[in-house]
Amino acid sequence: MLLKISWRNIWRNKLRSGVVIIALVIGLWAALFMSAFSWGLYQGHIDDTIETYLSHLQIHHPMYLTEKTPEYTIPNSNDVIRLIRNDTRVIASSARVLASGMITSPKSVSGVMICGINPQDEFSVSTVSHQVVEGSALHEGKKHEVFIGSKLAEKLNVKVKSKIVLTFQSVNRDMTAGSFRICGIFKTHNSIFDETTIFVHDTILAEMLGSEDAVHEIAVLLKDEADSDTLRTFLNRKFPEIQAQTWKDLSPELRLVIESFNEYMLIFIGIILLALMFGIINTMLMAVLERQREIGMLMAIGLNKKNIFIMIVTETLLLVCIGIPIGLLITYLSVTYFHTYGIDISIFSQGLSAWGFRSRVYTYLNYNFYIPVILLTILCALISSIYPAYRALQYRPSEAIRKI
Amino acid sequence: MKTVIDAHEISKVYNADKIPVYAVNGVHLHVEEGEFIALVGPSGSGKTTLLNIIGGLDHPTSGHVQIGDVDITHLSENKLIDFRLYNIGFVFQAFNLIPVLTAKENVEFVMLMQKKSKTERNKRSEDLLTEVGLADKMNAKPAELSGGQQQRVAVARALASKPRFVLADEPTANLDSLSAGNLLDMMAKLNADEKMTFIFSTHDQRVIDKARRVITLVDGKIKSDIKQ
Repeated sequence: MLLKISWRNIWRNKLRSGVVIIALVIGLWAALFMSAFSWGLYQGHIDDTIETYLSHLQIHHPMYLTEKTPEYTIPNSNDVIRLIRNDTRVIASSARVLASGMITSPKSVSGVMICGINPQDEFSVSTVSHQVVEGSALHEGKKHEVFIGSKLAEKLNVKVKSKIVLTFQSVNRDMTAGSFRICGIFKTHNSIFDETTIFVHDTILAEMLGSEDAVHEIAVLLKDEADSDTLRTFLNRKFPEIQAQTWKDLSPELRLVIESFNEYMLIFIGIILLALMFGIINTMLMAVLERQREIGMLMAIGLNKKNIFIMIVTETLLLVCIGIPIGLLITYLSVTYFHTYGIDISIFSQGLSAWGFRSRVYTYLNYNFYIPVILLTILCALISSIYPAYRALQYRPSEAIRKI
Repeated sequence: MKTVIDAHEISKVYNADKIPVYAVNGVHLHVEEGEFIALVGPSGSGKTTLLNIIGGLDHPTSGHVQIGDVDITHLSENKLIDFRLYNIGFVFQAFNLIPVLTAKENVEFVMLMQKKSKTERNKRSEDLLTEVGLADKMNAKPAELSGGQQQRVAVARALASKPRFVLADEPTANLDSLSAGNLLDMMAKLNADEKMTFIFSTHDQRVIDKARRVITLVDGKIKSDIKQ
């Protein structure tokens, strides 16, 4: 009967209850959709970072990570590569020769990371070759080709077939330089990468460095990212002279995003729910004040305080229980729609690409995220109902039944 | 006859720290089963305060109220609520039905609080509503009933818990004369047939005429107590 009374009570003032329910639906949708949008934005960024260059796992000489000088090549790189390629968890791997140097065009000069690659291997771990905007990626057999980013091309004022000069330090610490012709220009979602990374053939770079077997970095792409930790541990144990690291080790800022995302989003949702709580408190308080005489009468005829409390709390929970499924349904539909079609935020593309974010965001929300949000909303409703219910318990029936 | 209410030297003082106002001042009241009492007096004479005290809705500043074997004066608020549930029926001036429930549900509500079985609740609520002449209005909500009909539902609700007595605070004040007359006839019949004790506070001469005992209060004191 109390449930029946509570249910009917919330519909006594349809407008007021409707406003609370709509506020709850909008609040819940806004909070969850914002989470899905943020997750989509960051997930896109993480995917791009992994697919463009980082891969799931990278292997270096331990000193290379701090010194970044060409003499720190990976010892026994052929053994390491052979082992990796025989591992069933691995999709592809690419051995890279690296050098920090200068790129010079007739008009300008810029500092770059020169990445020597075997095109066939590299373009099976990296999607750069799919992001060509002019010309084409490196060709087999053409040694003096260079594949550069659009931002760098713009800065150097060069285009496909333009000649540039690369200058860098060899393993003997001598300066060496070579002339290359631009074969293609790529454009990723990360303008900083486009400006600072260039690709040449590994053989020519190793030759110019003076260390023909040099490998500074091995990038490994896995079938399942979850295997990266175990493979890293295995490689580090098997080859103590190398250092294998997962993408989370190499990019701690992305790791932080992944690991703290749920906490940040729950705090964000908590703030929205906190604002909503005051709305619920206000509504329930009005309902309790309006029904002072009725509550006094209920106490007079024998409804005890526990039941009065339960009645007010139930009314609040019912409002929330109507709002939550509607809010979740709208969230699910909108997240699913934008997961398929994406949200075009190209209006901000310049700023976003400087941080490596895409200009189209595909919303995504893990189903596990809904559960704490539902529980948090119910908890907020429970907390919101306490003060109005407490106020109702303060009524003295002899006075309350005389209120107009 | 069985004693239903025994009130000794009850006083209720407001504003005790400054200028004390005695709403009820040293009242003795002895009510026996089956009485039909009208509590009369001018506005401010203390009728409602006295009803509230003997109904356990308010505590006296001094004195004792004994209902049956229980001294309700010092019962805690929660115990008083339970006591009222099982022992006292209330009829209010403004009907005070639960607006979201039907007439039958309103009558059943008190029995539900008493944890009576569904069968018993159904039977008693239907019997009572039939007795007060509302057999055809069981599923009507208070807003769909006239003032007189609402007050009949309130009487049925007051009787549903099988109380020791019914307190009615100016039950006819908001009714037209026809409805008031019908209501009084009905309550007089219940009093006669079921020996139900009724105590009214009223200004209404028709109620006073029907009462078999008229207690007149003036300035919180009993001025006269006449059995007619």
